[in-house]
Amino acid sequence: MKKISFLNRFALFIVLVLALTMVIAACAPAQKAAPAATKAPAATGKGTIKIYTSWPLQGAMLPEGQSMKRAADLALEHYLAAHDGKGPAGYNIELVNLDDASPTTGSWDGTIEAENAQKCVNDPACGVYFATYNSGAAKVSIPITNKAGVAQITPANTYPGLTHAWDKGEPDIYRPSGEVNYFRTNAADDVQGWSGASWAQCLGFKKVYLLDDRQLYGKGVADAFAQQAEKIGLEIVGRDGVESTDIDFRALLTKIRASGADLVYGGFVIDSGGPQVIQQMASTGMFKAGTKFMGPDGLVNPALIEQVGGADVANGNIYLTFPGLAPSQLTSKVGKKFFDDFKAKYGEEPSPWSTYAYQAMQVILDSIERAQSNDRGKILVAMRGLKDFEGITGKFGFNKNGDPTFTTLGGNEIKDGKIVFTGAISPDMYKTCK
Amino acid sequence: MSSTDIILQQLLNGLTIGSYLAMIALGYTMVYGIIELINFAHGDVFTAGFLISLTLFEWFGAGGKTLTGFRLVWMFTLVLILTMLACGIINVIVDRIAYKPLRKAPRLAPLITAVAASFALENIYANWKGPSQIFYPDYFPRVDILHNWLHLNTTVLFTTQDALLIGLTIPMMLGLRLFIQRTKLGKAMRATAQNAAAASIMGIDVERVIMTTFFIGGALAGAAGMAFGNFLHTGRYLMGFDAGLFAFTAAVLGGIGNITGAVLGGFLIGFLKVFSDQWIGGQWTRAFIFTILILVLVFRPQGLVGEDEAEKA
Repeated sequence: MKKISFLNRFALFIVLVLALTMVIAACAPAQKAAPAATKAPAATGKGTIKIYTSWPLQGAMLPEGQSMKRAADLALEHYLAAHDGKGPAGYNIELVNLDDASPTTGSWDGTIEAENAQKCVNDPACGVYFATYNSGAAKVSIPITNKAGVAQITPANTYPGLTHAWDKGEPDIYRPSGEVNYFRTNAADDVQGWSGASWAQCLGFKKVYLLDDRQLYGKGVADAFAQQAEKIGLEIVGRDGVESTDIDFRALLTKIRASGADLVYGGFVIDSGGPQVIQQMASTGMFKAGTKFMGPDGLVNPALIEQVGGADVANGNIYLTFPGLAPSQLTSKVGKKFFDDFKAKYGEEPSPWSTYAYQAMQVILDSIERAQSNDRGKILVAMRGLKDFEGITGKFGFNKNGDPTFTTLGGNEIKDGKIVFTGAISPDMYKTCK
Repeated sequence: MSSTDIILQQLLNGLTIGSYLAMIALGYTMVYGIIELINFAHGDVFTAGFLISLTLFEWFGAGGKTLTGFRLVWMFTLVLILTMLACGIINVIVDRIAYKPLRKAPRLAPLITAVAASFALENIYANWKGPSQIFYPDYFPRVDILHNWLHLNTTVLFTTQDALLIGLTIPMMLGLRLFIQRTKLGKAMRATAQNAAAASIMGIDVERVIMTTFFIGGALAGAAGMAFGNFLHTGRYLMGFDAGLFAFTAAVLGGIGNITGAVLGGFLIGFLKVFSDQWIGGQWTRAFIFTILILVLVFRPQGLVGEDEAEKA
């Protein structure tokens, strides 16, 4: 055997130093956490309940993800302020923020999401799993939390099948235990698609062409739109699914021009072809010829306007539905306080889904308070029993599926280079158009 | 739109799609012709053309506004030349780092480093410009030729920007052909493609030929990226993957290693795409194109105009 050279010894030394640093680093947060726990005076005896959050915190999703995290923090802060610094049922609440995005793609990743859910399940202190942003990710994590009997609540999932009958076998395939453990406080895509069709009719559109990115979400809203259109007699002149990575949609748009459609409804999200379709509609002269575009909340993002070529292109040509109310549209007193405090504290307006991150956090805290326990099972039962709860979007409870009993949806248009809320919409609005 | 107008419009769409795909396909096919390597990073050089030209326009102070008159001529030409230079150099650097050290390694090794180079470039772009869609302003003026200049009463749309793409790509393809057939370096490329060892014995600097090939391929892809930006206006760090996939398919369809084949394949895919989008359905377009590819390869494994191994390039 060769003698250990100086270089190897040096490498060994470096490795040791690194290992030591890591040990110290690992200890550091624990030391920091200790004084935080003593801050809440009444929490001394009862200990901490951890809330694990999981949604993308990098890439294109960073602004939304970070804003939702901040909204959840603010909800906790408001709760503590209203209860003399005392946590729900006397427990100390700690938010553990996990990221379910892959660094290579910047969007959610099933493997990472499964690991995150597993982390919560394996941590006895984890009381509620607060996730996910993407419905596809929720499909992965719900069965995991369901088996373990942990309550899961989402700040943003809109896929209908997660809570009620939609695609084959749903939602039972997500509930191996047979119990309902998953909740949302926002409307699902089907309600949004239905409302979109009713709204389109009220706006005076006659012929609609449907496009979608063939993803769970995009196809879901477009399906619901088609359903409602058929019900209320709005003509669908054609439908196509597009590849979300495609870069050139002109051939498809030529077909749409030929179909005589006056509205293109696009089931897209901001990174799946929506901006290109809108931009290419503009450059192939479709907007000039009077055709408009309507899309779901996946496109409700201020970046959209710049991506399609600025206000000149977007103004007056784009309608967007949102399965709930954005923070600036909240009319309740709590809602306004949330909006103002958020702006004051972080120096920017909360992102659209922050409303529901805040509201879901309110539900979590309320459920723990009603459970009077840190037992997962008891928190879950309490959450299931939510009734007449005064959230920031209004009064609601959960039905037997875990859906909210009452939801308001927002209709938005792009005006003056901004996404402007133009009024509440609903599936039934076609009857009176008010 | 009348059915004649639909057919005409779709043919124009197919022609424009075909011209940028053919430009990219040339890079795949040339490199394959010389060193029998599929340069998977090539599609990402196309993205570089888009991003670099966009940045250069900003540097020169075009500021998102349409250029006119003399300013249009000098700035556009300058940006085009710089973009092509930069993209050629990027492609050469990729070769130097990822492929050259593996020139004598088993075939699989450079194939994997090609995939790696592609990912590396994509991630560099994502960090540089962000992962979202990027808007490319109308730097080149946009005029509806058929209505405003020719005063035709038709629903077919053909603008100066479409003309730019075709007017830029087709002369370049012809130029490449002349270069390969008429110049000494072109002759050296053909010789290396036929038999690198023999070419080297005859005194041809094979490495220099390889470098030239990568440079020309990269420059063409860069020009395509810039033209694409000026007529389609949206792109992002991943756009090269999609464009590259179809361009590579075009090269194989035409007969990989064959220049005429790559151009033919590019236009063929452009027309197949519009045909499928219009008359079969957008969701079937990829299945349709790749089924045609399989059928062609089953009956003509060498591609449409590909010849025996010895005659390539």
